[in-house]
Parts: sequence; structure tokens; C-alpha cells
Amino acid sequence: MPISINHQPYDLPDDPRVSLLDFIRHDAGQSGTKKGCDHGQCGACTVLVNGVRINSCLSLAVMHDGDEVTTIEGLGTIDQPSALQKAFLEHDGFQCGYCTPGQICSATALIEEIRAGWPSDATGDVEQAPKLTDEEIRERMSGNLCRCGAYPNIIAAIREVAETEL
Amino acid sequence: MKPFDYQRAERLEHAGQLVADSGAMAIAGGTNLLDLMKLQVETPATLVDLGALPLDTIAEADGGLRIGALVTNTLTAADARIRGEYPLLARAILAGATQQLRNKATTGGNLCQRTRCYYFTNIDQPCNKRDPGSGCGAIKGIARLHAILGTSDQCIATYPGDMAVAMCALDATVEIAGGDGSTRSVPVRDFHLLPGDTPQRENVLEDGDIITAVLLPPPVSGQQIYRKVRERSSYAFAMCSVAAIVDQADGTITRADLAFGGLAHKPWHDPRIGELLVGAKPSLTLFDKAADLLLENAQGYGENDYKIPLARRALAAALCDATGLTA
Amino acid sequence: MTALFKHDKPDNRNVLDHTAQGIIGQPLTRPEGILKVTGNATYAAEYAFDECLEGVLVTAPFAKGQVNSIDEKSVSSMPGVIKVITDKRLTARAAQGTANEAPKQNVCEVHYWGQPIALVVAETFEQARDAAKHLKFDYTEDTDAIFDPEAADSETEDGATQQGDLAHAMKQADASVDLHYSTEGHASAAMEPHASIAQWDGDTLTVHASLQMLNYNITELADAMGLKEGKVRLLSPFVGGGFGSKLGVSQDVVAASVAAMELGRPVRVVMSRQQVFQTIMRRSETTQRLRLAADADGKLTGFGHEALVSNLPNEEFAEPVTQSSEFLYGGENRVLQIEVARINRMTAGSVRAPGEAVGMPALEAAMDELAEKAGIDPVELRLRNIPEVHPSEGTPFSSRKLAECLKEGAAKFGWDSGPRTPRMQREGEWWIGTGVASAARVHNVGEAKARVTLQADGTALVQTDMTDIGTGTYAILGQIAGEMLGMSRDDVLVELGDTKHPRGPGSGGSWGAASSGSAVFVACEAIAEEIASLLGAAKDDLTLKDGIASWGGQTRPVTEILDGKAITKIGHYEPGDTEDDYAASSYGAFFAEVAVNQWTGETRVRRMTGAFGIGRVLNEKTARSQCLGGMVWCIGSALTESLLFDPVDGHLVNCDLAEYHVPVHRDVPDMDVILVEERDGAASPIQAKGVGELGMCGGAGAIANAIYNACGARLHDFPMTPDRVLAAMPAD
Repeated sequence: MPISINHQPYDLPDDPRVSLLDFIRHDAGQSGTKKGCDHGQCGACTVLVNGVRINSCLSLAVMHDGDEVTTIEGLGTIDQPSALQKAFLEHDGFQCGYCTPGQICSATALIEEIRAGWPSDATGDVEQAPKLTDEEIRERMSGNLCRCGAYPNIIAAIREVAETEL
Repeated sequence: MKPFDYQRAERLEHAGQLVADSGAMAIAGGTNLLDLMKLQVETPATLVDLGALPLDTIAEADGGLRIGALVTNTLTAADARIRGEYPLLARAILAGATQQLRNKATTGGNLCQRTRCYYFTNIDQPCNKRDPGSGCGAIKGIARLHAILGTSDQCIATYPGDMAVAMCALDATVEIAGGDGSTRSVPVRDFHLLPGDTPQRENVLEDGDIITAVLLPPPVSGQQIYRKVRERSSYAFAMCSVAAIVDQADGTITRADLAFGGLAHKPWHDPRIGELLVGAKPSLTLFDKAADLLLENAQGYGENDYKIPLARRALAAALCDATGLTA
Repeated sequence: MTALFKHDKPDNRNVLDHTAQGIIGQPLTRPEGILKVTGNATYAAEYAFDECLEGVLVTAPFAKGQVNSIDEKSVSSMPGVIKVITDKRLTARAAQGTANEAPKQNVCEVHYWGQPIALVVAETFEQARDAAKHLKFDYTEDTDAIFDPEAADSETEDGATQQGDLAHAMKQADASVDLHYSTEGHASAAMEPHASIAQWDGDTLTVHASLQMLNYNITELADAMGLKEGKVRLLSPFVGGGFGSKLGVSQDVVAASVAAMELGRPVRVVMSRQQVFQTIMRRSETTQRLRLAADADGKLTGFGHEALVSNLPNEEFAEPVTQSSEFLYGGENRVLQIEVARINRMTAGSVRAPGEAVGMPALEAAMDELAEKAGIDPVELRLRNIPEVHPSEGTPFSSRKLAECLKEGAAKFGWDSGPRTPRMQREGEWWIGTGVASAARVHNVGEAKARVTLQADGTALVQTDMTDIGTGTYAILGQIAGEMLGMSRDDVLVELGDTKHPRGPGSGGSWGAASSGSAVFVACEAIAEEIASLLGAAKDDLTLKDGIASWGGQTRPVTEILDGKAITKIGHYEPGDTEDDYAASSYGAFFAEVAVNQWTGETRVRRMTGAFGIGRVLNEKTARSQCLGGMVWCIGSALTESLLFDPVDGHLVNCDLAEYHVPVHRDVPDMDVILVEERDGAASPIQAKGVGELGMCGGAGAIANAIYNACGARLHDFPMTPDRVLAAMPAD
């Protein structure tokens, strides 16, 4: 089976060394997903694989046979941005824009993770379902670095959308 | 990365055969291995993808739980039984890495996580762990992350994970399938090794071995605390961490299972600490005595001297938290 | 067609307050933002060119010595390998900001661990990366490398201040402090690694790169390549963060260019994150001595600020630690001095707010200790010490809102001006405390040109090589043009980051908005003047709004006036006498509340307020974001950020984002930003000043002061990591 990126099928690479990130950016030509560190330390490469967010730099493309990968391009478009994309724009949840696709992919998954009741380090009592607090959002977004320091605006954008969707 | 042959293991026996080959390594989540392969710290000739093996469930077993080796850290921490009866494990996992990494990282892979020592990850530096006999850059270099317990003159690296520290306190067992078709169990407390003269060996796994599961013993009563001290409030390795299961009756401690992260080449467990605490009444003086035992043979290397007082304080904090004592 | 504005006296006309469109300063969303949030903004490495080759830099595993030979054969038979580039034109270091000439070349001479020595080019990235790890070379390592700044030879920087008798003032003082501080090295750590794609068509070199100052970078690159500037084109329409690290042309740019010219194919070179840490600018570590002497009223009589910083031999840059200490507070007896130690670490250069980023926190921490000794509230102490004129040069200040920032910030934060004894507030196992610091950052401008075209259809086009590194250039230049020409911002197209456009100073030193913004303003004024003359109206009588010109009681659509023709003007802004006649700076104040864990010394910032006077606000949203970003950097430099160098071989050990700790989301609390209303005609003809760096100029001091107020730990070493806090914490 091929790998599907934003519902478009692609053949797996011949060279097994190709990371999922490089495959998306280079082989599939969808450069919205960013390479910030290539070692799982910044989150700029975050994509959704079968709906679950991962660092695409720390995965091999050949390990995703049959998987559905959603990148920033798959979440919305210039004409039809997603609610989170609009909220990031409105709240100025970015500056240079390089970490932004990863932030938005993460935030998209975060809403589903809270909906599913997954706990985080900020969930005081892990037996309970997490509540949508700023601290929960901050903890769950901590795998996405933003050196411009847009963090407070990013939290505001996510809070706004999560409050409507949850 | 060096070129490698990529193989997908279809069955456990198949995986065992593939992994037994010289130069072969197993890959599950890949979050640690691929990081190191890009740096050429790891250069496997064959990469055996375990992803298709049916090791991805959590099941009840012998009154406890059997966590398949391929269960992701996320699903372990999100499991209702774990959250309810082994909250220590959920908390420890959630204190480590990020959601993205935990979504890929697996039980088996996380147990095998390599050290974060700066000299280990830089192939232009000496490191006895990566390149036996080349020396240790950290001992005379920057040892900020490094161990104060159980070190050797060959290596002062730490085991960097959180999950295994909780499993160590919980006295969990690692289930291992041997390349020859055998199965054996090793307590987590004995799974990781001290560096000694063979720092390249970090755990008891032999060629062809594949971790199949971790078995949690039946749940116990008491408070379960995971306390991690780190430089950032999230997404940082432990300067020191404490996993504690403490129960009390009539003001006396009846159970005290403790393990420590960030201090040694393995999750640190010292049975004398539990022996000291059980039967005693909680007090700061008692906790200090526990720390005396913990740190009896502690040795700093300059940059990491701070870990000695920090571990003492973190231990007291965790025990105060677990016993309800206020300082 | 060029309109020149030479800034020889303050422009207090405040033209933008009298225009009619009403968009200047408004919190409009960024026009390029939709591209960024949908993944459609294209950064340097992301252009898809046919036949593009991949280059990976090879770096030296030693700090000082000579590469004798490189064995190309060691990799030439590896799959996909095309060539090993060892050309003399390769650059060993990144250029300093505004260098305007090639940085050090001859990569065979190695002066720091991790210096690039060659480029391996292959068909694919994996092939190139693997081959780069296998390239063999022979080298001779010198034994006299120096890694410890304290042990190295040092020189005193020019421009030291010696005034009066500080030692005497210290003796006579009613209250005084004499304190030593240290700060560790910092990395810019922009999220986009340095990256270039070079193309050579046999005549012209075109490079897509991630650079902040194209006007200088083109000269640096042309000089390095031995090409005429006219044969080079640089493009950086999107830059994934800079913070000083992309001021000068970096090693990837030249390496890609050499390879493309040699191989006749496009070549992409992207630095690994580790290479960015190891070969691009660091902010120097500093050791500082602060001496403050005050009279019984808390008025400063003596002010001493001395620093030791470091750099490679022959680098001119020295972290200007005392830059704002020159003028922020009074005190007639003054000593300000910087020493530079020569050591073998990668180039020290500009990292966001060079100077103030590390000088101000130390000064502001010392002010807190002085306030305690003098028994004066720290906000009040600062208010009492705002000098009338520049304390050593005697020049007047341009507009200065320091007092307003301190007062408005204190009010918003809820500053308690009562007694400030540590350990007064506790929540569970956390001590809670507050701290204040002033902010100051010198104002800079540079010569700038921009082309503005009022199109026949009534829309406008703004073109300059100025960059937007996240700062909001696209937004503010569009707003200035829209405001001046009377149209919505959406009707203005802004094209940036291309050296074929008129040149500006680029992004750096917080000077971009005031400089390039002024060039756009000057061009628009000239266009308005031409419209007025077409109408026979006096230019001051003309109003442009929503595409309609109004004058002398008449109105007419602008498109009608243009009658199918466009008007194009190049605005040329040139700094002039005001630079010397006034001491111009941005000012502000920080207020922080922290929690310090009694057991572990872990510190969390719970809230922060920043009040800033930055002249005219051009876009409230992007200006606020710049301030927030700076405040996040304050948290990093206060608590976590530190470059760690190996004492034996001098290499940077924590060369990645796992171990160099920039703040994460959870480190950053809610933050308030107050933008104090201000116009500064001496700063620029649009009355705006710099904002990009001010937000991190002193805030780490507020956090240090809050830690003391919380738990009684007085720290003099940044960052204040848990181990350091514990070591300084008084016994329970």
C-alpha cells in the first residue's frame, strides 16, 4: 500500500533512510511541514498520522505504509482556513511563521486528546478527565517551541477554538 | 544515516531471527534510535521494524497488568486501569518528553532509551559507551546531567527516562523473548546495568532478545508520587526524580517503595531505604536519614555536585507529599 | 524620482496623526499571515528547482590548528556523491551584522571547534549527510588554544567612560553596592536553520537564503565569491526567525554558491541544528561588576559598570554590555568599560538585544540591592534617578517615557510599594515574590530606500529588500502606505526580501521599522505631493481617504486623477544630525511575579507586565507581539538558557534544542503589555522607535529581584537554575 498525504497517495521511497518529514517536504513537495531540528526537539515537523500527532522527523517514511498523514496543508487552505488557522491569524499566534504549521497541527490534535480524556502532566489527578485550563493547554503544547515567543497568543488562539469545540 | 537494510518482522520468532543477525537492531517507535542514527551514534546494518507484532495491548495478568512492549507511552498513561491503580506510572510517563514523542515511544523502546550524555551523542568526542576504550569526555568535561551514584571511571552517564523509574518503584518485571525461542523475566530493578568496565552494555538484553511486555504486580494501597525536578517546567530531562509508593497505618509507614531517576546509569533502587522507613513515623529527621542512605556513596563530578543536596531535598519533598507531613 | 529626507532635525509634524485613513497603529492582522498559518509561506530551503543537489557541511573536530589535506577519494565512490568542495572562497565564520565584506575565508585555518572546512555535495540529502560523516582529512591541532575568558589576554574596548571619582563616591555614599554578576552565553536558536539554495546561470548568481540584512549580505557574498554585486541576487521573502543570527552572510550561503558555480546545478545547503549552534554567532558570556553609590535620598552619585566579554581573535564585535548604562540613570562619578578576551569559541556576535540583554539584568538586579540598602521602594528609586540630560555627553534626550512606563506598569501589575521583606507570601510549598526592572534599548536607524507605486487602479505596491523576520514588516509598511495614500491596507501589496528592490538596512538592532518605514513614508509624501500638484492643490490641503482625494472643498477619485497612469517614487531616508544631537532610546518597565519551590529551587514565572515607550505604534498587534516575544526571552535568559563549553577541547556541548533550554509553552504565563502613547520626532520622521529588542532588555533582572523577594535567595549568576537558587537560598 502506498502512503497517503492529505488524501493523495505516494509510493514509498526507495531509500529507507528518508524520514517521514523529508518525504513530505521533498518527495511529496508539501513544504508546509517544517524542519527545525531534525531530532524531535522542537515540534516544527508535527503532523497527524491516522489522526495522532507525531514528530515526522523521528519516523521513517517506509514505516508508514498504508498510513494517512495530515499536514498543515490538509487542515485548511488560504480560501478555507480551519478554525484554528483563523484563530492563530486573529490572535497573532505566530511571528516568523516557521513553527506555526507544527503548532497548529499540535493544537488540532490537542483538542481531540482532551476530548478523549487523555491526561497530561498538568492534570492534577490523573484518574480524572482533564479540564480545559490554560495550564493544560500549555503543558500539552510544550513540545512545540516558538523562539519568537508567540506563546501567549498561541494559547489565546487555542483556548478560543477549544472552548467552542469542546 | 548510514545505509541500512529495512525489514518488517511479521511474527515474533521472525523478529528474533532478524534481530539476532550481526549489526541488526530492532525499531519500534524510533524516537530514540532514529535520533541517534542521524548522528551516526547508532549505525545498524539492518533495521527490524517490530511495528506489525501483536504486542500492543494492555491485559490483566496474575492480578496485575501486562503492558505489551509496543503499547505507546500515551496509551499506557491514558489507560483507565493504570490511571486508577498505578497512577505513579501514568504520572512518570506524562512527566517525560512531549505528547508527540509519547505518541510514538513504546514500553519496550523506552526501557532501552540511551543516555543523553553530551559526549555520547557527539561522535567527535571520546565515549567509552559508544566507542569502548576511547575515554570519557564527561568526567573532566561538562557533567551537569550526569550520575552521582554507581558511576565508574569509565562512564558517569545517566539513564534518562521517567517511565522505568516508576516501574522500578512498582517492582515490575520485563518479559523477554530470547532469539532461541525461550522466554524469561527480569525485574525492572535488575534490567539496567551499572557502567562498570562495560558501559556499552546498558541492560541485560542479549543479541536476538526482544522485550515483549512489562508485567505490573497486583496494585498496592498507598500514596503514589512522582516528583521530577527539571530546568524547564516541561520537556526537559530530570535533574533528579523520585518515584514513591508510601502507605501508612496509625501514623506509621507500612510500605515505602522508592526509586530515583537522573542519579545513576539505571533507575536507582536501594532496598535499605524502604527498610528504614517501614515501621517508622514520618518526620523530616527520618527522611534525612533515608537520604543519608541514598547518598552514602554519592560522588559528584563538579558540574553535577548539585545533585547531592538536590536529591536529598527532592526525596524529602516526595515523602512529605506522600505522608502528608508539612515541612 | 527619488525623494530624500535627511534627518537633520526632529520631525515633529506628526503627519501620520493628520492623515485620514485611520489605519496607522491599528491592530490589523498580518497580510502574509494566511500564508504562514496554512503552510504556504516558502522559506529558503523550500524552493523546488530541477536537478537540485544537496550539500552538507563538514566541520572541524578541534578548536585550533590547520587542515593539511582533505581526502576527496574517501567519499567519492559513495553512492550519489558528486563533489567535495574545498574552495578557498568558503567562509569559516558568519559575517557580523553590517560587515559589508566577506567574513574570514580560508577554512583550512581553524579557530574554533565546529568550524566548517568543506562541503560534500551529493544527489540526495541522505547521501550527502552520510558522506559528510565519512570524509577523511588530515590536520594538525595546535596546543595553544584558549577556552577560558578569565585566563585569556584581553583588550579594553574604545569608548570607555571615566568621569569624576567613583571610588571616592562609593566611600562617601549613604548607600552603595559593589556586586559581581555573570551571564552565560546565549544562542539565537531561530526555528528555521540557516539554509540556502544557490543557482548559477553562467552569469548571475541567485541565492534563496535565510538572511536578515540583504543590503549588506549581497556585498558580503559578492566579495566572498569575487563577483560584482550586480551579478548577485539574494532573496529572503520569508525568514524563519533571526534574532541576530542571520545578520551577516553565513557559511551555508557561500558554500552553496561555490558549489552551484562549480557544478552548474542548483545546490541546497541546510545547516543541521547542531551546526547552527556550533558555527553561528553566540552571545558572549559576561562577567560584570556593578558599583552604585547613592546619597541619603537614593540619588545616584556614582555609577560603575564594567564587563569582561569574549570573542575570537580579530573579530571587532564586543558584546556592548554597558550600552544603556551610559545614560539610563544619573550619577556624576562614572566608570563604564568593556574588556574583550580572545578565546577559541565560535564567533561572538549579535543575539537579540546585544548589550542590554545581559547588561540590563545585572544593572537592574544591582538597583534592587541598592533600593533595599537605601530603604527605598525599587520603583521609586528608579524614578528618582532619571537624569535630565545624557550623564556623560550632556546631550538632551529625545522623547523618553521611562517614568510613565514605571508608573503605568506598576498600576497595571498592582505593585505593592510597602516594605519588601522576602518570604512574606507562600502558597503550599512555593514562595511567591515580585520584582521590577527598567527597560532601555538604544534607538538605531539606517539609510533606507523603498519604492512605492500608486497604481492606475488605485492600489499601491511597496517594494524594498527589507526583510520580515517575524517582526511585522509586511504589516507595518502596508499600513504606512495605506495611511499616507488613503486606502485600506488590503489594497497595498508589499514585496520584501529581494535585492532587486531598493535597499534598506534590513532587520537588526530594532532599526527596520523606523528606517524602512520612513523610506515608505517619504515616498508616499512625494506621491501625495504629485497628486496635489496634478490637482493644483496645496499639499497640506490635500486629504486622501478610501481612494478619494479631497481638497479645497472638492473631491475626486484618485483613479480619475491618475487617468490610467501610475505614480512611482523612491523614498530615501537618510539619518542625519539628530543622531548626534539627541540621545534616543526606547524605554520601558518590567514587573514579574514568580513562585520558587522551597524544596527544589525550581522557579516559575506566574505573571509578567511590561510597559513600553516605543514612539509611535505602527501596528498595535505586531508591536505587542514583539514585546511579548522579548519578555519570553527574559524568562529564558533568567532561568534556563546557557551555552556550556567543554573546558578541555572548547566544543559547545549542549548544541541542540533538547539541552539548550529555550522556554517552552509551560514556562510562559499570561503576560500584559502596555504600549505607552509616544511620538519621537528625533527618532524618525514617522516618530517611531525600535521595538524588537526592548522587551528583553532588563526583564531577567525583574525575575531575579522577584526570586529574592520570594525566597530570600540573592543570585548574581544568570541563568538562575534550580541548583543555583538552592545554593543561594537561606536555610529554612
